[in-house]
Amino acid sequence: MSASLEKGINALKEQVDSTVAAFFSSCVHCGMCSDACLFYTETGNPASTPIHKAEPLRRIWKAEYTLLGRVGKMFGLTAKVDDELLTNWETSVYDNCTLCGRCSMVCPMGLDIALLIRKTREGMAAAGHAPEGLIGATKRAVTIGSPMGVKLPALMAQIKHVEKDTGMTIPLDVVGAEYMLLLSSMEIMNFPEFIEATAKIFDKAGVSWTIATEAFEATNSGIQIGVADIAKELVQRIVDAAEKLQVKTVISPECGHAYMAIRWEGPNLIGKPFNFKVRHILEVLDEFRQDGRLKITGKETQRLTYHDPCQVSRRGGVIEQPRNLINMFAENFVEMPDGGKMNWCCGAGGGVSSNERADEVRLKVFQRKKDQLDEIKPDAIISACSNCRIHLEDGLEEYNMDIPLMSLTETLAEHLAD
Amino acid sequence: MSEIEFLSWVRGQGFQIAVVIFVAGVIIRFAEILMLGRKTNIAEPKGSEMSGGLRTIVTRSFPDKGTFQRSTFTVVAGYIFHIGLFVTIFLFAPHILMFKDVIGFGWPSLPTPIVDAMAVVTIIALLAVLTHRMRDTVLKFLTTKEDYLVWMLTILPLVTGYMAFHRIGLTAPTLLAIHILSVELLLVVFPFTKLMHAFTFALSRWYNGAISGYRGVQS
Repeated sequence: MSASLEKGINALKEQVDSTVAAFFSSCVHCGMCSDACLFYTETGNPASTPIHKAEPLRRIWKAEYTLLGRVGKMFGLTAKVDDELLTNWETSVYDNCTLCGRCSMVCPMGLDIALLIRKTREGMAAAGHAPEGLIGATKRAVTIGSPMGVKLPALMAQIKHVEKDTGMTIPLDVVGAEYMLLLSSMEIMNFPEFIEATAKIFDKAGVSWTIATEAFEATNSGIQIGVADIAKELVQRIVDAAEKLQVKTVISPECGHAYMAIRWEGPNLIGKPFNFKVRHILEVLDEFRQDGRLKITGKETQRLTYHDPCQVSRRGGVIEQPRNLINMFAENFVEMPDGGKMNWCCGAGGGVSSNERADEVRLKVFQRKKDQLDEIKPDAIISACSNCRIHLEDGLEEYNMDIPLMSLTETLAEHLAD
Repeated sequence: MSEIEFLSWVRGQGFQIAVVIFVAGVIIRFAEILMLGRKTNIAEPKGSEMSGGLRTIVTRSFPDKGTFQRSTFTVVAGYIFHIGLFVTIFLFAPHILMFKDVIGFGWPSLPTPIVDAMAVVTIIALLAVLTHRMRDTVLKFLTTKEDYLVWMLTILPLVTGYMAFHRIGLTAPTLLAIHILSVELLLVVFPFTKLMHAFTFALSRWYNGAISGYRGVQS
């Protein structure tokens, strides 16, 4: 993709709709969003004030879609978007924002600031101002099929291990299966236990499922970097596989932005409704629980807490399901302060973990998570996003904290009754 | 121009010009926003846009505990000057008479000493807000010339109104004329600045709540 300022400006123009106009019209510069953002609270850097990050998009809205802005433009009074501006904004938009959406919950005027920053990224990427790390991940996603470069043989090797360890068969490309499971590269490479856990649970629940060899990757670098065309292509691959296999439900794995991409942005990206359902793995498991398909044995007696992944909870709407599931096996569950829809981001979502330039800041802002954990002192943390999990482990190590991380699905599988 | 001529101009033609610009400006701004439209969400919904949107219009007036603790000054000072503006603009007996004159009906007023005290409280709150804006790292960083202009145009009617009521400094007709002129300035600038939030906040909050509500989250 060739990038230019003109393409960037056009991409920004395409992002302006009535929500954008209503949001920018209502901002009073009160600064409350800064207090909601860990990239400000932990660094004190005013440039990390959420609404400031959307400045390129605001300028385009003002100059092109307001009377005063258009008049001002004729006299050269309206602020312009140029390469210098976009260069200056690159770190604000990509390194110091995880699109966690906490600011959007706090703004007294109701601006969905995370949406504005997400839209700003479309212009930044089109103008060639996306970070190298994310560009690389996106290229790999398009050409290889995975942002981490994981190819089918790698998945097959992991599946072979799982089959050997469990004696179970992992169903591949089963036409007519009820569920089609997607995986994140992170799970394939770092947490193959997730595949094993899901297989065990589905077996016990007695449902038919499959992995599609043509579309097993759940993540979508397109929505992280902000290139709608690529995001669309990656969604289309999943849609094609799901339609070919005639599955009823596609399952988004323990990954935050993958859920946002396929569940909420997916149909809007490809421009037509899906003829299958999309559910997060936690929603599926909670449905199994409600149907009485999950029999649990033994309880976790240690003090457990749950880290809400932003795109799953606050931006995704899967909030009560993990708690229902954890209560099945946890005797001593404790909520994080601000837990649930107001939880603080781990600091590495929204493409920050793929962007090496942001390594220092993501570990610095982990202080916020540390403060949350220090208040409740859990024995272990459960989460439902491999990206959160990897970064939480990184952060805990950096801050010399010895708290194990657990996947909800994996922990549940360990407690399945025979 | 004599002071009586000045007063009758601001009460007559001046007032008409200001109201026309204000009303037309607000309509244009709303048209600018709404005519952009937005795409219908075709993802399978998990909740209602309408009820989510309506709920957020109300609930966003009350910050959650954590947010209140982090932004206490902004929330408290904001509440005080907004309530103060409402009371001084809409519950002061002479203002209600003016509204009755223009729109044909009125409503009960608050006792004048209470409105008078509220005006002082509001002026103090606005001064505190300005001080905060000039000293706080984030606000200093965010603040534009427009923010200062809007602040000035908001406090002017309060100060001139207070002076007119207490007849401080100048003759009564001149003070009243200056007060009305300051309100007219506010009206003219209103649609083209962040003052528009007084109307668009409901739209903005609705969109926020609708986007979240669609996904089954109360925002």
